[in-house]
Amino acid sequence: MAARAQMALSLGFHIIFACVGMVMPFLMAFAHWKYLKTGNEIYKGLTKAWSKGVAILFATGAVTGTMLSFELGLLWPGFMKHAGPIFGMPFSLEGTAFFIEAIAIGFFLYGWDKFNKWFHWFCGFLVGLSGLASGILVVAANAWMNSPSGFDYINGQYVNIDPMKAMFNDAWFPQALHMTVAAFCATGFAVAGVHAYLIMKKKNVEFHTKAFKIAAGFALIGAFGAPLSGDVAAKSVAERQPIKLAAMEAHFETEKGAAFILGGIPDEEKGEVKYALKIPKVLSFLVSNDFNAEVKGLNDFPRDEWPPIAVVHYAFQIMIFFGVVMIIIGTVYLYAVFFKKEWLTKSWLLKTFMIATPFGYIALEAGWTVTEVGRQPWIIYGIMRTADAVTPMPGIQYSFYFFTAIFVSLSLIIIFLLRRQIQMVPKLYDPTDIQYNSKNKKS
Amino acid sequence: MIYVVIGFLWVSVCLYVILGGADFGAGIVELMTKKKERKYTEKIMYESIAPVWEANHMWLIIAIVILFVGFPEIYTTMSTYLHIPLVLMLVGIIARGTAFTFRHYDAVKDNWQVLYTQIFYYASLLTPFFLGLIAAATVSHSIDPEAKTFLDLYIFSWLNGFGIAVGFFTVALCAYLASIFSLRETKDQTELTLMIKKSKQTMIFVVITGILVFFTAYLSDIPLVTWVFSKSLGIMATAFATIALGLILRAMHNRKLLPVRALAGFQVIMILVAATYQHYPDIILLANGQHLSLLEHVAAPKTISALAWALMLGSIFILPFLFYLMFSFARAKSKY
Repeated sequence: MAARAQMALSLGFHIIFACVGMVMPFLMAFAHWKYLKTGNEIYKGLTKAWSKGVAILFATGAVTGTMLSFELGLLWPGFMKHAGPIFGMPFSLEGTAFFIEAIAIGFFLYGWDKFNKWFHWFCGFLVGLSGLASGILVVAANAWMNSPSGFDYINGQYVNIDPMKAMFNDAWFPQALHMTVAAFCATGFAVAGVHAYLIMKKKNVEFHTKAFKIAAGFALIGAFGAPLSGDVAAKSVAERQPIKLAAMEAHFETEKGAAFILGGIPDEEKGEVKYALKIPKVLSFLVSNDFNAEVKGLNDFPRDEWPPIAVVHYAFQIMIFFGVVMIIIGTVYLYAVFFKKEWLTKSWLLKTFMIATPFGYIALEAGWTVTEVGRQPWIIYGIMRTADAVTPMPGIQYSFYFFTAIFVSLSLIIIFLLRRQIQMVPKLYDPTDIQYNSKNKKS
Repeated sequence: MIYVVIGFLWVSVCLYVILGGADFGAGIVELMTKKKERKYTEKIMYESIAPVWEANHMWLIIAIVILFVGFPEIYTTMSTYLHIPLVLMLVGIIARGTAFTFRHYDAVKDNWQVLYTQIFYYASLLTPFFLGLIAAATVSHSIDPEAKTFLDLYIFSWLNGFGIAVGFFTVALCAYLASIFSLRETKDQTELTLMIKKSKQTMIFVVITGILVFFTAYLSDIPLVTWVFSKSLGIMATAFATIALGLILRAMHNRKLLPVRALAGFQVIMILVAATYQHYPDIILLANGQHLSLLEHVAAPKTISALAWALMLGSIFILPFLFYLMFSFARAKSKY
């Protein structure tokens, strides 16, 4: 149990750092591109400010990632022994992508005014691109655990291993797509929220408005893309892991024309959901485009193969809730951009964005919980149980406490550091500010 | 194909020890420096690691990935029985990497710097120590999967005199590399003299801990001497490393810095050859006399060939880019 908690915690933190690392470079490259096109020094300052954020989070993402590559073996030796050779392909490619990212970030951070400006820009862009590639590859590896393929499982032996087939398993595309879009959404909202707060403080308004606009643009792409990619993902889950879908929806009885269950408290003993809002036939439609299609319920599966229903169900509901809220915010913003320009400077709109800062990440973590907890009790779906994969070493709970302490202090320091970067905006990054002093630059 | 994979594994471990090791060494050298000289040293050390430090640590990830994809049994044996030192090494890696970044990217420079710096120092010391300890544990017949108690299974699998000696030896090696590599960052004669003095001190440290390694190996019945000197390659590597030592001292005396650096790198590679070739292809020697071999305990052939292709393709992308990075910064520095 402690091993699971530790893994969940490490992944939960890594996912935040990694997503910022995947998306922030694109924000940064966009601002940089604007600077190169317009020559506006504010964009240059913004690029630099963001690049510091990228550097801090990249370093953290890199060390937590290194840690995870060890933890896989430290906590799950039974799993890695058999799975390593099968699903290792995306990891070896991810190593390459990550390496390129590290080199590109070196060029970008230390390369101001040293290289051809477009080569320099391209390096910044490449940081994002390779970050995205590593994200997709890692998700492909996770998808394999949901949809194991590329080998035959005969009498407890793993034979006829084909790593390429394992990498391009049935789940990789829907999962990777949904994850990427969600990363854009979460990071976009988070960055937009922070800058919205700073605009409201009435300091460096022009600087932060420009930043806000770029971030909100990315947030929009994510917010509208998430349900679309989520639909693809849901259909794929329904086909491959009907039990996970049933758990997400706390759907107990197999039936035709199944209802879409919103909220409610699932009762595993009685096999019913209390106080839920049921929208008739919608679930059937969502998973197969047919209002009367049959959806398998939990009762069709042996009890010892059920994932923890309540956790999966609540996590799914949380994801849906925040997803919908973000779509509403996105729609309002879009409307404001096209029809009601005066709304854009109104404090209620900024306040909404400010409150929405963590929404994307909450939804992201909830979605991750759905896919991971929903796979339980399996570590390799249908092949190996999580309990059989765990390390034989006793006393893992101490290591769990220890790592919790590390992660919590890391996060606190990062928040503290980013705050300090923000406080220094007038002096270091905003050229229109009177306190700005180009000699302060220490890039 | 298997040899391609083993080759990559060896090269990434080597590069990690040399490049990553020099990074660790930078922290160690700073730590060992007297207060009044610290400012100098800190600046010199920072210059020598700044733009490439992230890239240096990628080699470890590459090595780990090769291990778990290609040699899952070896990877899981290590991660099960050497759990504790691996965790400690991880903590060192995390603390060091983040403290270094935070030290540099904190927009405000105040007392927090002191904290980052302290963490950076001690983590720089801790990480290579456990790296050496782990390496020693794989060959010292101390991992015993048949043991019954927690202590025998998970503590004495790595805790012994030989391991500790190898740990110190690795620390010394890192400090040595760092002080040698930093020679070119010095700006004038006084700085250069200071760093050369440091290089000589760390060199003595390496020799002393090296002797300690052989001594503890003798005490714990590890036939290190026979391993190293029974094969001609081992003898040659040792001889070359010793000759290199003399040449380095001479080049230092003449203030010829490029050969010093090249020779030091060569010397460390020779030490690694002597250390790893001795029982190749066996990589883990267990207490019950069994060996885990790179050639036998290997993944399916299809996996190995896919891995080999991935590594080769990857290096086509990575290496030119990496060299260009190092080259451009070396050039940029020489201009100022």
